[in-house]
Amino acid sequence: MTTLSAQNLHVHIGGKQVLDGVSLSLSRGQVTVIAGPNGAGKSTLLNCLAGLRAPDTGVVKLEEANLSVIPARRRAQRVGFLPQVPEIAWAVDVRTYVGLGRTPYIGGRGLAEPDRAAVESALEQTGTLVFADRVVTSLSGGERARVLIARALAGQPDWLLADEPFAGLDPGYQLDVAAMFGALAKRGVGVVVTVHDLQMAQRLADRVIVLHGGRVLADDAPAKALTPAILAQVYGIEARSIPGTSDPIIEIIGRTPNRSPSP
Amino acid sequence: MTAIRAHWLNLSLIALLAGLAALSLIAGRVWVPFEVWFGAGDDPRWLIIAELRLPRTLLGIAIGFALGMCGAALQGYTRNPLADPGVLGVAALAALGAVLTMFIGASAAAIWVLPAGAMIGAIGGVLILMLLAGATSSILTFILAGAILNTVASAGVALALSLAPNPWALNEIVNWLMGSLADRSTDDLQMAVPFIAVGCMLLAGTARALDALTMGETGARSLGINLGMTRLLLALGVGLATGAGVAATGVIGFVGLVTPHLMRPLTGSRPGAILIPSALAGAALVLGADIMVRIIPSPTEVKLGVAMAALGGPFFLALLINLRRRVA
Repeated sequence: MTTLSAQNLHVHIGGKQVLDGVSLSLSRGQVTVIAGPNGAGKSTLLNCLAGLRAPDTGVVKLEEANLSVIPARRRAQRVGFLPQVPEIAWAVDVRTYVGLGRTPYIGGRGLAEPDRAAVESALEQTGTLVFADRVVTSLSGGERARVLIARALAGQPDWLLADEPFAGLDPGYQLDVAAMFGALAKRGVGVVVTVHDLQMAQRLADRVIVLHGGRVLADDAPAKALTPAILAQVYGIEARSIPGTSDPIIEIIGRTPNRSPSP
Repeated sequence: MTAIRAHWLNLSLIALLAGLAALSLIAGRVWVPFEVWFGAGDDPRWLIIAELRLPRTLLGIAIGFALGMCGAALQGYTRNPLADPGVLGVAALAALGAVLTMFIGASAAAIWVLPAGAMIGAIGGVLILMLLAGATSSILTFILAGAILNTVASAGVALALSLAPNPWALNEIVNWLMGSLADRSTDDLQMAVPFIAVGCMLLAGTARALDALTMGETGARSLGINLGMTRLLLALGVGLATGAGVAATGVIGFVGLVTPHLMRPLTGSRPGAILIPSALAGAALVLGADIMVRIIPSPTEVKLGVAMAALGGPFFLALLINLRRRVA
């Protein structure tokens, strides 16, 4: 079985129940979108799935093994993670930054030949080879987004978990990044992405998991998970689905009248 | 940077260091020409080399190496180009630890008491720093925590001075505080070098983690880095190296701050790649400055710590102005 699964996750942060019994099982070769309003627990769930946060109760399993007992280095080789606010502390060049993705593989001697090959391949796949010698901090937001993905790909993970990778990108770059995720899933990588843009969720996802108040409200194909009823309950918006050229379009009409937050 | 270029850089720095070491043996109030080195035994000037200048030179190399490495490691860990054992108050706490042993008179009991006090102070300093800065490890909290440590440690030292039992103790403490390589013996060397070596080896072990921290703490953890272990290595490494250094020579500031900046244009900004070049450059800097204070004509020798501060102050200022320009 090539799955990443969570069983009955509970997480408390500062007296707030952020995850309240989340169970799910994800498959490789698919793009799974985690949707939900601000504070629904998307980032916390993603951190748990990446092994970066231990749930108060419940377990995360990578295939049959409990993620918390897999050595950190081994886990990092299999699960790639893109944080919501990526930090680039030093003005290193793009190739060096992407090379950091090989950290789980290298010993004290630095990058070996297979590591270099993986870095070049990641640069090529993301179209960042052309500015590989430039300094990361001098890049535009769109260029940088692709470098961040290249960094994750350099580690050749089986799973790529990305926390809001589309934030701050123009529509063109959003489509580029979405296309990269799609191509990865075709190659058998399990892609898990948190997304705010409903239209992007619709277009990108093979499967959408809607979180609300720390619980899974819907877990289905995009058209079945992002229904007007669910959107009204989760976001407090009135929306309808109308036919579009490729995917249905979610037209947002406005705030639900007399909206009362319903956790 | 390619491995070959890194190799050449290190070799050039070692060559520079060898040249400075030779000069350090020759230069001073009495200039000792090369011939004396090989005519050992008969010439009285040989004693100057063997008994005074050799330990002084070796100690200078060791201290500079330690400070350069500590500065590079702390800057890498805090992701802050202004970090260094002096700025963050680690050296001040080491000094406080050492001064306390002098103050209570314990330092006279055994040769290891004062160094132990300094190292305990330094390790405690790094641990307090990490505790104060907390999990956030934002640049600002770290520098503020350093400023607090510096203030408290300086106040402690001042208190010890004002309560000093006799003028002789006061004089001893003040002289030692100013930082100098003058009149150090092989005993000082034997006491400091093992701890500096162990400390630097621990720091070298953090290179991979420091590189990964370029992506921040979450990024580093997602790459499988054990940050708890990194912190432990760093606290022990910086504590031992800085503590042993301060115990042997007093406080010599700015070396750790300056050398990573001098090396970055040559090595690139990857923190792990700067550790060794910065350590070698630190050794060259301390040795060069120590030769300078010996040959500057003055009634009594200028203290090395004072000379470094005089050089480092303007550098620090230039760095701040440069940083502000980049941020603005």
